[in-house]
Amino acid sequence: MSEIWNWNYAFSVLPELLEAFVKVTLVVTVLGTLLAATLGLVFALVRHARIPVLSPLLTAFIEFVRSTPVLIQLFFLFFILPDFGILLSAMVTGVIGLGVHYACYYTDVYRAGIDAVPVGQWEAATSLHLSRRRTWQRVVLPQAIRNVLPSLGNYAIAMFKETPYVSLIGVVELVGMARQVAADTSEYLEPLTMAGAIFLAASYPTALLLRRLERYLETSAAT
Amino acid sequence: MDEVSVAASQVPTLLEWTPNLWRGFQTTMLVTVLGALLMFALSFVLGMMAHSQHLLVRGAARTVIVFFRGTSLLIQLFWFYFALPLLGISLDPVFAGVLALGLNYGAYGAEVVRGSINAVHPTQWEAATALNLSRWRRMQRVIWPQAVVLMIPAMNNLFIQLLKSTPLLYAIQIVDLLTMGEALRFQGGDVAVIYTALLVIYFVTAYFFTFLFSLAEVRGKAKLGQHQGVASALRELVRSKSPEPERVVAGR
Repeated sequence: MSEIWNWNYAFSVLPELLEAFVKVTLVVTVLGTLLAATLGLVFALVRHARIPVLSPLLTAFIEFVRSTPVLIQLFFLFFILPDFGILLSAMVTGVIGLGVHYACYYTDVYRAGIDAVPVGQWEAATSLHLSRRRTWQRVVLPQAIRNVLPSLGNYAIAMFKETPYVSLIGVVELVGMARQVAADTSEYLEPLTMAGAIFLAASYPTALLLRRLERYLETSAAT
Repeated sequence: MDEVSVAASQVPTLLEWTPNLWRGFQTTMLVTVLGALLMFALSFVLGMMAHSQHLLVRGAARTVIVFFRGTSLLIQLFWFYFALPLLGISLDPVFAGVLALGLNYGAYGAEVVRGSINAVHPTQWEAATALNLSRWRRMQRVIWPQAVVLMIPAMNNLFIQLLKSTPLLYAIQIVDLLTMGEALRFQGGDVAVIYTALLVIYFVTAYFFTFLFSLAEVRGKAKLGQHQGVASALRELVRSKSPEPERVVAGR
């Protein structure tokens, strides 16, 4: 009878898993977060501007995207974009899908941050005769974003944990690689457990760091 | 032979495919509801454990919470599906799916329960102590009823997250709504129509459950004397159409 857990095998798959983790999982997470953070800010500004037609439409879009499964959104993009002549690799499609999905979450985070900027700051900017652009750029956004940094980070971790979804549209990231390795040897326990360990090793310390950042921002804001 | 060629030449319409989608939807609902029940149970148990005075109990709860929150749901799903049978535990895919969803979201829910218990005002704890209630009675009659109302919005979010994760079960060969949609696509159905239909179905379902959770919150508040009750909430809703009822957003 073969042993259930083989340490040699577990360590032998580690290099492949780590390579997929660094080259795909991390890349998708970073690019997806950048897209989500940028697009989310644009969404938040458009909603804040209350542009007729556009702002309500955007609100409806955001509500819809947030209330529906990201996996089906990924499939939607993956199979529909080619019909419009847009040929993207599965990885780029994954980044766009995750990025847009999380942008809809980021929008509310930014909005909370913008709402939390005291009215006096706006009034001060007006009395200094700053232009709208400079008011946003130099007064409101720096304060708003600073306050919501921990929340933005938490969503980045959430996205990080959802990157395995892109393996279902054919991107071989960490979990996809674990399954490939496992399918070759039909030994599933070790690769999947090692993949889980890598996720835990990356997400837990990051979450702890974010909690420290949160505490730091709270105490430094109070002084 | 004839039948095959007919079937191949005729792409079923969405309407003809409805019985299949309905079957898939039932599976999705089954997994969602069972997963949610496990989630609520675990949230309660782990949340109370995380509130315990004993270091060992608290430590055990924290370990489970960190473990299931720190790894990805898809890994947990595959792990239960592929790896557990190797340990001699053979699981039905639906059971593996329910287990993974319940454990993953239960770990998030535990934090909600813990946070809500902590959020009950200190004076309530003091008052219960002053009335010489036992620890058990204090929790059961004073703290818990108030904490439950506080945790409903967050639990609603988690429930929607869980519902939105169920398409993952397609990866472990559960014939859910997404699988049925994919089956229609393989038959040559229009991609845009299929996926839009699926998204709309999930959207409507999510809103339906959010509505139920809002009713539960109103009822809970009414019991605490903080609200007039469901009937008045509905009356208000009908009378003044413009201000929407407070909408609970799906977030983490």
